Amino acid sequence: MERPDQMPVVWIPSLMRNLTKNQEQVSIKGETLREVVENLEAAYPGIKDRICEDDRIRPGLAVSVDGVVGNEGFRQKVDPESEIHFVTAIAGGA
Amino acid sequence: MADKSEAYLGIQDYKVVGTRPIRHDGTDKVTGRAVYGADVQMSRLLYGKTLRSPHAHARIKSIDTSKAEKHAGVKAVVTSADLVQEYEDKVSSLGEASVGLRHLIGNVLAGDKVLYDGHAVAAVAATSVNIAEEALALIEVDYEVLSPVLDVRKAMEKGAPLLHEEMKMRSLGEQTDENSNIANHFQHKVGDPEAAFGDCDVVIEQEFTTQTVHQGYIEPHNATAQWNPDGKVTVWCSTQGPFEIRSQVSDVLGLPVADIKVVPTEIGGGFGGKFRVYEEPTAVLLSKKTGHPVKMVMTRTEVLKATGPTPGSYLKVKMGAKKDGTLVAAQAYMAYEAGALPGSPVGAGAGCIFSPYNIEHVVIDGYDVVVNKPATSAYRAPGATNGAFAAETVIDEICEELGVDPLDFRLKNSAKEGTRRADGPIFPRVGHEECVQAAKAHPHWNTPLEGPNRGRGVASGFWFNGGGTSTVVASVNSDGSVSLNEGSPDIGGTRTSIAMQLAEVLGISAEDVIPQVMDTDSIGHTDGTGGSRTTFATGWAGYSAAQDVKRLMIERAAKHWEIDEKDVTFDDGVFTSSKAPDAPLTFKELAATLRRTGGPVVGRATVSPSGAGPAYAVVMVDVEVDPDTGKVDILRATIVQDAGKAIHPSYVEGQLQGGVAQGIGWALNEEYFYNQDGTLANASLLDYRMPTCLDLPMIDAVIVEVPNPGHPFGVRGVGEVPIVPPPAAVANAIYGATGVRMRDLPMSPGRVLENIWKADDSSGNGKA
Repeated sequence: MERPDQMPVVWIPSLMRNLTKNQEQVSIKGETLREVVENLEAAYPGIKDRICEDDRIRPGLAVSVDGVVGNEGFRQKVDPESEIHFVTAIAGGA
Repeated sequence: MADKSEAYLGIQDYKVVGTRPIRHDGTDKVTGRAVYGADVQMSRLLYGKTLRSPHAHARIKSIDTSKAEKHAGVKAVVTSADLVQEYEDKVSSLGEASVGLRHLIGNVLAGDKVLYDGHAVAAVAATSVNIAEEALALIEVDYEVLSPVLDVRKAMEKGAPLLHEEMKMRSLGEQTDENSNIANHFQHKVGDPEAAFGDCDVVIEQEFTTQTVHQGYIEPHNATAQWNPDGKVTVWCSTQGPFEIRSQVSDVLGLPVADIKVVPTEIGGGFGGKFRVYEEPTAVLLSKKTGHPVKMVMTRTEVLKATGPTPGSYLKVKMGAKKDGTLVAAQAYMAYEAGALPGSPVGAGAGCIFSPYNIEHVVIDGYDVVVNKPATSAYRAPGATNGAFAAETVIDEICEELGVDPLDFRLKNSAKEGTRRADGPIFPRVGHEECVQAAKAHPHWNTPLEGPNRGRGVASGFWFNGGGTSTVVASVNSDGSVSLNEGSPDIGGTRTSIAMQLAEVLGISAEDVIPQVMDTDSIGHTDGTGGSRTTFATGWAGYSAAQDVKRLMIERAAKHWEIDEKDVTFDDGVFTSSKAPDAPLTFKELAATLRRTGGPVVGRATVSPSGAGPAYAVVMVDVEVDPDTGKVDILRATIVQDAGKAIHPSYVEGQLQGGVAQGIGWALNEEYFYNQDGTLANASLLDYRMPTCLDLPMIDAVIVEVPNPGHPFGVRGVGEVPIVPPPAAVANAIYGATGVRMRDLPMSPGRVLENIWKADDSSGNGKA
């Protein structure tokens, strides 16, 4: 059940944990991915520049929300209990 | 996006899904009527050929095309000067991959540098292929030859020749100050692997190399372009992704997409290698210059030198386990050759390497490195086979060390629903355990392998599978057939697998559906046929369009019977109503009345489903090794794979067998041989050794069905994961036969023999 203070959990890629005081995951408010990223930047300055380029996720990266890589970019809705990962974008072959 | 219907998921008694109808395009293909790119003919057609660099790395000082332009029969010559000169660099889509526009343009026709043997430099359009080739010889290019770098580890060294002088390594968005051939570094880390290795009873760490290999599709790349006086252009080509080709032609030539129509011809194989533009923009430029249509068809040598391939790589893998067989920790260093342009599939490889297993502590470092070889393209589960070769070999060593059966070990440590991947996300329902159980129960695993120099190996493999966007339009004809227009080029029988999903919903036969692949002006956007996505996503679009047709047909039945729609029921292709005098009506009978109830019925759907289901495969291989020559014969091969739901089992089996065949070729023979100056020494299929039917036994394909809850029929996608386990399975089998661990691909006779000799030397039985 959703807790009143529950927020989406963002897993921080290991190479960026220097920006989050070595925290592997942080709870960040937001109802869309854009809000989460903006709030993440406010809490941990410098992180947005590492994962974004021109108001979009940096090429080569993808965002997984609850295990699913969506196609709505920053517009993607997130739930208070969502788990967010920045993963490597993949290419397929057949 | 359409909602999935729980009513269909997991049903076992489908009427059409799961059957084996004859493919719709079969007659055209076996009678030679199917039109492939090289078959495209039209009046006033000219022929284009490309001048390619003889050097692996050189600066272009000047290009003089004047003699070629004067050659009789030559109509036009183009170089990079004819390409867009001012543009905003951006990322251009290659289907599921992407490339910087600057690099994409530079790969079509080289600007100031050539970066690999075979890099396109100029192109000619002439009245015949022979005249075009003569003209190429008249083009004078002044090169300043530079030192090439061909190996990933050498390319990473300080002081290595730099391909892109301005390039600096990025580390998850953070740019370093140093110029480098390393385009990108990333890391995945969960848990505390450094500490966890200390708690392991067995730790194995080994190094591995794999070589550059080509997808080896039978049909060479081709493109025909016709520039019209109104500024619009039509391109016919063999491609997995017509919309991706349209987008790239637009980007490279600075044309609006509205002015470009791409017509996908039949395709003679792609395996991921037919997403990127090569000669399409060149053919457009030549057509624009001449006012004629221009056709360009690569030779096999051009295909091998300048298209594809998949990367060579260096991997170091360390894995640790407890005495009870619990996998505890894993570490991988993965350096992949991107070829001349950044963008190797190391990211995907890192996402796959440990994904068959539930491991608490993992760290993976990946490096994308440019070298003087052709820019790599996707190839069946890109990046995953390299990783599996390393990890699955290390697992075999751990099993031997612990004295555990390798399938029992995989079962004990298998990933399952809820397992966290090394890159973070948690698995939905997946079928690795079921595949391992099916392998354990298979006669192959339970039949003793007798005779000298023989061994049996096993390996698992993982691939994500893709989703993407697909559009279909379904029109009901008056005879009850349904014309199905789709945007997915048909590589592995997808016309039929999509038609079957539509037919299942409408209660008609697969033969009553007439599928057709459309050009980019005639269907809504559809992502390319890749990522094992087409039967999943375009099939879902077929399912949704069928639901649309069903809804409209119920409306028409109500109108025909002059009753309310809610009084009409539809089941198994029959419309019924207790309030209708001539009920029931079959789908065909109702179709015949449509003109009297409002005209044609057309259903449509565009979907972007997000529920792609990951795929697993387990491969078992028996080999016999000739101790005198090192030659490896494949005695028996079995693949067990979770398809989710096999829409057309014959096509699924074909994909499984094809993937294993390619994986065995990659394991045993295939590799690019480069001379020291960086020129490719084996740019023909006489010297680039691919397996034939004489090299392989009948491959036993076992389909496991763990339905994907993210698809109406449970489809996962099957085209890629079967290539992942074979090299490791073969290596493990060779160890069983010889006692020698093979850690370098390919395991060609010379390399196997060398390792046998080395082992004999170290044991005091030296033969050499």
